[in-house]
Amino acid sequence: MSLISILFAVFFYLAVLLCLVGVTLKVAQYASTPVPLKIPTAPAPLTKFGVVLRMMREVFLFASLFRASKWTWLFGWLFHWALVLLFIRHLPYFWPGEAPQILHQTEPLKYAAFPLIFGLSGLLARRFFVDRVRYISAPSDYLLLLLLIAIALTGVLMTFAHYYPDMGMVYSFAEGLITLNWSELPSESVFLAHIFMVFVLIAIFPISKMLHAPGVFFSPTLNQVDDARKKRHISDWAIDKEKNSKSG
Amino acid sequence: MSKLDTPKLETYLQTPALKSDSMASSGPFKANADMQKSLGFPGEKIDNWQQVAIEKMGETIEKYRSIPVFLDACVKCGACADKCHYFLGTGDPKNMPVARQDLFRSVYRRHFTFAGKYFPKLVGAKEFDESMLDDWYNYFHQCSECRRCSVYCPYGIDTAEITMAAREVMNAIGVGQKYCNQILGKVKKIGNNLGMPEPALRDTLLDLEEEIEEDTGVAVKLPLDNEGAEILLITPSADFFAEPHIDGLIGYAKVFHQSGASWTLSSYASEGANFGMFIGNYDIMREGALRIRKAALDLGVKRIIVGECGHAWRVAYSFWNTLTGIGGGAADEYALQLQNQLDQNYPQPQHIIEYTYDLIQKGQLAFDKSKNDHRTVTFHDSCNVARGSNMGGIENGQFLLPREVIKAACNNFVDMSESTIKASTFCCGGGGGLLTDDLLELRVKGALPRMQALKQSEETSGVNTLAALCAICKSQFSKVLPYYDFDPFMVVSVHQLVSEALLLDGDNSQQESKTL
Repeated sequence: MSLISILFAVFFYLAVLLCLVGVTLKVAQYASTPVPLKIPTAPAPLTKFGVVLRMMREVFLFASLFRASKWTWLFGWLFHWALVLLFIRHLPYFWPGEAPQILHQTEPLKYAAFPLIFGLSGLLARRFFVDRVRYISAPSDYLLLLLLIAIALTGVLMTFAHYYPDMGMVYSFAEGLITLNWSELPSESVFLAHIFMVFVLIAIFPISKMLHAPGVFFSPTLNQVDDARKKRHISDWAIDKEKNSKSG
Repeated sequence: MSKLDTPKLETYLQTPALKSDSMASSGPFKANADMQKSLGFPGEKIDNWQQVAIEKMGETIEKYRSIPVFLDACVKCGACADKCHYFLGTGDPKNMPVARQDLFRSVYRRHFTFAGKYFPKLVGAKEFDESMLDDWYNYFHQCSECRRCSVYCPYGIDTAEITMAAREVMNAIGVGQKYCNQILGKVKKIGNNLGMPEPALRDTLLDLEEEIEEDTGVAVKLPLDNEGAEILLITPSADFFAEPHIDGLIGYAKVFHQSGASWTLSSYASEGANFGMFIGNYDIMREGALRIRKAALDLGVKRIIVGECGHAWRVAYSFWNTLTGIGGGAADEYALQLQNQLDQNYPQPQHIIEYTYDLIQKGQLAFDKSKNDHRTVTFHDSCNVARGSNMGGIENGQFLLPREVIKAACNNFVDMSESTIKASTFCCGGGGGLLTDDLLELRVKGALPRMQALKQSEETSGVNTLAALCAICKSQFSKVLPYYDFDPFMVVSVHQLVSEALLLDGDNSQQESKTL
């Protein structure tokens, strides 16, 4: 195998490892940190089922963002859903053996690249042109959007502008990463740039604001049932406090 | 009325252009050494304050899940940026909720995250230095912990949690705020925010009884420390002396009188407010709540009812069960003792609005609504009630019940613009420990969005009465309304409206109007 194929294979495993370990540590941290008080925010659901509905509205529809800003919602919602569709579109590459029939019919999903770029560009434009958003933006906020846009553009070049690599090689390289049956990588630069940036994206997931993805499920203002009067909610450290004090 | 650069009310609420650092010197007076020490905090800024502050930040991150989740999850989308009344009123970018959080987040990133430790410039990580501490003190005392931002955040990030943590860190290094910490010292020593001792409270209540009897001819009582009473009323101490609060207290008394329930106030727990929440200190908040637990046990009451106070109701509704076991569903011995004493046929604790609403539903209260016909009433949802509690155990009950009580007592009720009420309500501008004259400019400017909505209702519907059910809102509005050319007396307690229209058995003056 060529050096470049080896480097990319190693980088892939490293990126995935960093991502999995990092996210696992973060999720473990969130899960093990107590929530000492009931702090659901309005409109607060009174039942567990209500919390599930609320969380689904947030995760699938971005309901709060819709209330807050229609433009941000439009750009953000398009970008996230396009990303999901394009993720599905990429599954056949990695599928060991024969992919299920349904995945062979994902070809039209390639057009999700355009709403993806539209959404990301809108988000980037807001960072430049809305003074409030410019004020709160750090370099990393711009760079992450630029990274995603660059991934999308290289993808578009390959899919729609004939910069595509040898697809047979792509399939066997990608499948080989999963089955540990490594094979040679195509050497087209657009392709290499595309996957390099994707690996970077995966690697920085747990040390960046992409932590909002696991974070939203742990947000106490969103995931708590508003039943403070009916059930006693108390954290371990508060119970210790009670045992140590005789007052009351 | 001191001279201030009061913002002009436009037809619609405008998002202001950024005016960098325009409120950078707005910080409130600092607590002196005595006030600090009485709460167990260092008397003045300690020598190794940076180190202790970072340790304290680490402690809040380990004890409160909200802190690491909120600090990590923010994507800087700006959804909250134009939702804060202090930003809308001042234009200072550090009053955008996300920017306010970033004062905390940038230090968190520097000391607690990989990216911030190794690439601080890239991710906006900053050191906790002298100028950062100044910004913390100024801008974490320009947040009223109203939680409006959390309603719009896609991850529910609640700036109030960050503000509380920041104030907790600052207190731990000896940098406290005078207003909150002085008041907390009084509660600790005497039992209420005013430092009003038992004899003074007893006199005040006797005066009120006389006043009510003069007015109505009915001997409505305001009992104090009445052992064996069924109901213990916990209300903000402002209800004992401030206008228009006191008319609300008269309203509660009349409702209790009319319902025939035996009730009492407590001189030991004569405060519903709990500023422990404002400074984010669990122990101090718990201490305040424990006074109420003790009073309930000593007086042997069956029910605990909370008067009109916004954050008091949040603490009571959302936190009391956790802090003291006032509530239901406990498994531990500590809380069961109290829960066995309290009558679990009723929600514990209950809001006075819930109590009055129930009586109205059962047809046990009669009103002469025409007594309020000179009023066109609108209702200000107080932030802690709206976004931190519930009433009636039904979804959105905290919005519905107060309005139903008002409508039972008044013929003319209109709501303000939908984007400024209920879950989206704007803070009065004085909550969260900011109701102090050294923050007057901030309070006036922070009231802008509410004043804007009120103005609109005045012009379109002739609103002349602003009803509120929070002691802080009532005091704040009384103070800031004149700056916007409103009558300061247009703000009333919800139970003042009840009081004015309620028909009391044996009331001669009202019997006449009943037959008219």
